[in-house]
Amino acid sequence: MIKNWHIAKNNERLSLNDLPVLDIKDLRKETIEFCKNGLRPAGFFGKDEGDGVVKLFIILADDKGVLGKKGVFYVSSAIFWAHIRLYDSFTSEIPAFHMFEREFFEEFKIEPLGHPWLKPLRKNQDRYEFFEMEGDEIHHVLVGPIHAGVIEPGHFRFMCNGETVYHLEIMLGYQHRGVEDLMVKNPTNQLAESICGDSVIANNIAYSSLMESIKGISVSNKAQLIRKLALEMERAAIHIGDLGAIAGDIAYLMGASVFGATRTLVINTMLEFSGSRFGRGLITLGGVNFEIDEEKIERARKTFDKVEKDVCRMVKTMLKNSSVASRLEKTGTISKERAEEIGLVGMAARASGVNLDSRFDFADKWMDELNIEPVKIKGTGDVNARFKLRYREILQSFTIIRKIFDKLKEYAHEPINCGYEALSKENAKNAFVISIIEGWRGEVIHIAMTDRCGKLLKYKIKDPSFNNWYALALAVRNNGVSDFPLCNKSFNLSYCGCDL
Amino acid sequence: MFDTLKSKIYQGKQYIKNIECAQMREQFRGLPILKDKNCDNCAKCQNICPTGALNINPLTIDMGKCTFCGACKNICTKNAINFSNFYKLSTTDSKNLVIDERMTKELFEKTAIETKKEITSVFSKSLKLRQVSAGGCNGCEMELNACSNVNFDMGRFGIDFVASPRHADGIVITGPVTKNMAYALEDCYKAVPNPKMVILCGACAISGGIFQNSTEIDREFLKKYPIDLYIPGCPVHPLTFINGVLGYIKEKKTH
Repeated sequence: MIKNWHIAKNNERLSLNDLPVLDIKDLRKETIEFCKNGLRPAGFFGKDEGDGVVKLFIILADDKGVLGKKGVFYVSSAIFWAHIRLYDSFTSEIPAFHMFEREFFEEFKIEPLGHPWLKPLRKNQDRYEFFEMEGDEIHHVLVGPIHAGVIEPGHFRFMCNGETVYHLEIMLGYQHRGVEDLMVKNPTNQLAESICGDSVIANNIAYSSLMESIKGISVSNKAQLIRKLALEMERAAIHIGDLGAIAGDIAYLMGASVFGATRTLVINTMLEFSGSRFGRGLITLGGVNFEIDEEKIERARKTFDKVEKDVCRMVKTMLKNSSVASRLEKTGTISKERAEEIGLVGMAARASGVNLDSRFDFADKWMDELNIEPVKIKGTGDVNARFKLRYREILQSFTIIRKIFDKLKEYAHEPINCGYEALSKENAKNAFVISIIEGWRGEVIHIAMTDRCGKLLKYKIKDPSFNNWYALALAVRNNGVSDFPLCNKSFNLSYCGCDL
Repeated sequence: MFDTLKSKIYQGKQYIKNIECAQMREQFRGLPILKDKNCDNCAKCQNICPTGALNINPLTIDMGKCTFCGACKNICTKNAINFSNFYKLSTTDSKNLVIDERMTKELFEKTAIETKKEITSVFSKSLKLRQVSAGGCNGCEMELNACSNVNFDMGRFGIDFVASPRHADGIVITGPVTKNMAYALEDCYKAVPNPKMVILCGACAISGGIFQNSTEIDREFLKKYPIDLYIPGCPVHPLTFINGVLGYIKEKKTH
C-alpha cells in the first residue's frame, strides 16, 4: 500500500511528476485505512489542470511514526476528469476531513457524496443552513459579522434554550482576501506576514523555508536560531496577551491589566530586535534581516526574567481565587476522543490530551541540541486546561529563548543572511514542497508546487484555525451564552487565517 | 483579595505620562528620510518594494502603501533611504502621505494634520469610535486593542472604542475592505449618527497595501465617503494612532 504514496519530510523538495496518481476510489480506501491507523489529514486540496480536469492532492501526516518513520508526510493524488463531478466523501468515515472537503467542494464544485454538512466555507451568504432546533422556548442569538470588540469579523448564530447554548453555527468568509492567488502571482515575505497578523513569524518561517527549499538556498545556523527565537517570543507574547483576555472576559480586571502590560515588554523587545512589535521585516529569504548583538541579548534576558516572574506571580494569584476557578473549570470542554475525531491540532489539541506538537514530531536538529522537553499537562480539555497549558508554554518558551541566547554565542561569526541575490535565484522546476511549523496556535502548513519553467502553480496555506473552528462550535454546547467569550478567547482562533 | 491588592502595589503605575512626547525605540521604522542626491537610480529598491510604495527619479515613498518592512533600506547601497523613529505619521490629506526628499520630522508634524473648528469644538474631550475590520489581518486590531491597555491608556483622553455604531462618533477601518465585508462596512457607517468621521488605519485600509492587486477586495466605499484621517503603519503603532487622533480633535497649541 505504501508504494502508492510518496514520503516527504518537512521542507523536502519532491518532484511533482513522481507523485503517485491513483483512482479516487483506491485513494479513498487507502486514505481511510491510513487514518484509522493513526495518520491525520494535513492537506486535501485540488489544482485546476485546465479543461475542467482537477487533480486532488492528499497529504497525511504521520506524527508519531505509526507507519515506521516519525514526522513525515504521505502524499498521493487522484485525477477528476471533466465529466466526473462526484465522489464518496471521506468525512463520512473520517470526520477530520470535514472542513477540507467543504473547501474542495466550494472551489471546484466536485461534490463529496454523503458529506454530513456540505456548505460553502468562504462564500458570503445572505441565507445559510444551520442546525435548527424547534420548540417554543428556543431562541436564536445572532452576532456579527461586526463584533462588539476590536476583533475580526465573523457571523455566529447561537441556538439557545434560556441561557444554555445548544449549538453554535459559525459562518466565516468575511476576511477572504485571495491570499493564495496573490501568493502565486507575487510571493513575498511581506505577504506571508500578512496572512495572519498574530502569527507573523510562524507564517513567515513556513513561507521562507518552503521557498528556500524550492530555490535551493541554505540558511546559516545563526539565522535559524534567530528565527526560532522569534517564534518562541511570538508564542510567549500572544499567550500572555490571551491570558489577559481570558482574565478580562471573566471580569478579573487585575489580570487583564497585568498580563496586558507584561505582554508589552515582550513585544517591545521584539521591536528592539526587528523594528516591529510583531517581528515584521525580521525574516527574509535566506536568513534574517537583523543582527542581535550581545548588548541587546543582555537587555532582553533581564526583561524576560522580569516577565517570567510577573507572569508566574499573576497566574498564581489568579488561580488561587475561587471565583476565577469556578469560571474556568469545566467550561467549554472538548474531550480527547472528540478532539481526535474532528482533527483538532495545536495548543487546543494538547489541552485536550492529544499529544501533537510539530516542534517535536517534525523536529529539526535544534530540538535535540537545545535539549527541550515537551510540556506535559493533564488534558482535561476545558478552558482551565487551555489556560494552564498556555501558562506552561510561556515558561517553556522562555527556557528555549535562554538556551538560544547561549547558543547564539557559538555562531557569532556566521552571516545572518545570504544577501539579496537569494531573492533572484531561480525556482526549481516541477517541485513540490511541504513546510510545517508550530506557531503559537498550532501547526501552520504551507505547500507549493512549480511548473516545468519553475513558475509557482499553486500555493496552499493551512492555518490551525482551519481545523479548530468547528471545535469552538462543539465546545460551547451546554454552556451559558455568557461563557462564549471565554471559550472563544481560550481558543483565540484566527478569522483571516481560515478565510485567507 | 489580599494577593490581588499586593499585585496592584507591586505593579505600580505603568502608563506613559506624556503621550505626545513619548520616547520611541530607535529601531522603530517610522517616517522615511530620503536623500535623493545619494540615489543613483539603480531601481533595486523599486523592484523589491512589495506594494509599489516607492518611486525613483525623484525618490519618493508613499506611506499610504508602505508596509515599513525596510526592504528598500536594506538593499540600498548608497544610503539614500532611511527610516527615522518618528511615529506621528497621521495626516488629514492623502497628498501628505507621499514623502519626498524635502520632508523632515518638524515639517511633517507642522503640516500633516489640519484641524477643523467644527471637529475640535465638538470632539476635543470625548470621541467614541466604532472599529470595523474589513479584511484586517489582526495586526492593526491587536495594536488598536493595545491603545486601551494600561500602558497607552487612551481612555484618559476621552477616546474609546464602543460596541455599537449608534454610540459612535466615527468609524475606524482596518484591512483592505474585502468584497464580503463591503456591505457590512457601509451598514455600519450608515448606522453612525451625524456628524461622523472616517479614520483609515494601516496600509491596507489606506491603499489596499499588500492586497491592492487582489480580486477579492471592493474599495467602492472609500471612494463614496469623505475620509477624515489617514494613519499609516503596518501595523499602526498605538502611539501613532493615539497621537493622530489627538492631533485631529485637539486644537493646535500655538507656540
